[in-house]
Amino acid sequence: MDNIATPVLKRNERPMSPHMGIYRWQLTMTLSILHRATGVALSVGTILLCALLIALAAGAESYDSVRALCMSPVGLVLLVGWTWSLFFHLCNGIRHLVWDIGWGFEIPRAYATGWTVVAASLALTVLIWAFVLTGGAA
Amino acid sequence: MSTSGGIPKHSDLKTPLKRVRGWGSSRSGTHHFVVQRVTAVALIPLTIWFVWFVLVLVHSDYANARAMLHQPIQALLMIVFVGATFWHTQLGLQVVIEDYVHATWLEIAAQLLVKFLCVIGAVASILAVIQVALA
Repeated sequence: MDNIATPVLKRNERPMSPHMGIYRWQLTMTLSILHRATGVALSVGTILLCALLIALAAGAESYDSVRALCMSPVGLVLLVGWTWSLFFHLCNGIRHLVWDIGWGFEIPRAYATGWTVVAASLALTVLIWAFVLTGGAA
Repeated sequence: MSTSGGIPKHSDLKTPLKRVRGWGSSRSGTHHFVVQRVTAVALIPLTIWFVWFVLVLVHSDYANARAMLHQPIQALLMIVFVGATFWHTQLGLQVVIEDYVHATWLEIAAQLLVKFLCVIGAVASILAVIQVALA
């Protein structure tokens, strides 16, 4: 009597999502993957947030060493990466929230908002680092 | 997965809910989805504030940075930002682990680790903010 749903298949016989190898690469999937990737990157970045606040509470020496770490070549590369990740995840997150209220699912709109997110996240990253590197004179 | 077997035959008086309950855990339903969105909405203005805050920090020394976080409104916003960030982080990483980690013991271990680290990160950060704010 319990013949209702799932036909019994072995794990590796189950139907799969379109495989990356046969799927034409496109903007929307790239942004979807990047949203997750930047989210994971930002999760790692919270360590720096933590370190900065604890150093600020701990004293000038610890704070200056965290600053020095940030200003090292590796630190700068990571910070630029995190800056872009933050702006991308923010902009694309807004795009997702707009989808959640039901707007923008049409293919042309999904592409238009997608390219807007790419442009906005890059522009904001450049703007922020121009401000940082020019000493706030801009 | 689609129910390829067709329409369920109700040969007894069980309700659909009673029937589906025996078929494994449906976990937490929409709660995760909703909280992820709520924290996301909160993080839009908070992230803009945070970027401004960090830009001010870049061009100030230790004393000025401390003075900045000493202001009640800045301390408040930082605590809320930290809370929303770690909450959103835990929810996001949870889904990533659910999607990619398939060995049960490893998945449980990873989920616990992420949850513990997020709580520790949030509490440590908030304690640091409180220490600066009340100093």
